[in-house]
Amino acid sequence: MSGSSRRDVLALAVGGAALAVAGAAAQATPQEAADAIARFTGGVPPVPGKIAIDLPEIAENGNTVPFAATVDSPMTEEDHVSDILVVAQANPRPRIVTFHLTPACGRADVATRIRLAATQDVVVVAKTSKGHFITASKTVKVTVGGCGG
Amino acid sequence: MAENVRIKLPESAKKGEVIEIRTLVSHIMETGFRKDEAGKLVPREIINKFTCTFNGAPLFSVDLEPAIAPNPYIKFNMRATTSGTLRFSWFDDNGTVTTEDRKIVVT
Repeated sequence: MSGSSRRDVLALAVGGAALAVAGAAAQATPQEAADAIARFTGGVPPVPGKIAIDLPEIAENGNTVPFAATVDSPMTEEDHVSDILVVAQANPRPRIVTFHLTPACGRADVATRIRLAATQDVVVVAKTSKGHFITASKTVKVTVGGCGG
Repeated sequence: MAENVRIKLPESAKKGEVIEIRTLVSHIMETGFRKDEAGKLVPREIINKFTCTFNGAPLFSVDLEPAIAPNPYIKFNMRATTSGTLRFSWFDDNGTVTTEDRKIVVT
């Protein structure tokens, strides 16, 4: 073991630590988004399912982005969508909105207008009356962010 | 702050038909993340909850966050079963509740 190889190892270690710190900062919000979903599902990982998300591919103004989601469900007493959570990973707060539905809605079909701070994946998680959680996501490119500041 | 609402739904529907209900309320939806000219954070003031009942029974509700765009627009559906009254309520951070009723005739 020569002195130079020890220096190399040290440089690698320091560089690696710096990378790890940068990575942690960049991923803080996705972790919060994952936490928001885990709180909604009670820790059950949602499975990819039949949710149609209607969002523009490119949003020129992130301050008002039309959003719609339709979950494939018969909406009967025995089998219906009870809750729909919408999460944006790169917003200051990941939770965007939560819809609460009943069988009387007839269709699990909701729409609103949302704010997106930056280009990101918008994740939709639906809870069914049978206790299942299904999810889908869509990427939106945001030209001008919509969260002020 | 929520003085102006718009509600669109049919006046009548056939039994079993699924109708579309669209609502809009005038509101700034101040996020609480924005700074004013002096660099101070502008306090949050949003509509944080929307509810809709049919003949007193819960039909649909929404928990809104600052990420909902100004003048919140919400669209949902109802399966027409009997004639009755839909009650729409918007809950402001400042404690104000705005309520509107609409009747629907089901044949």
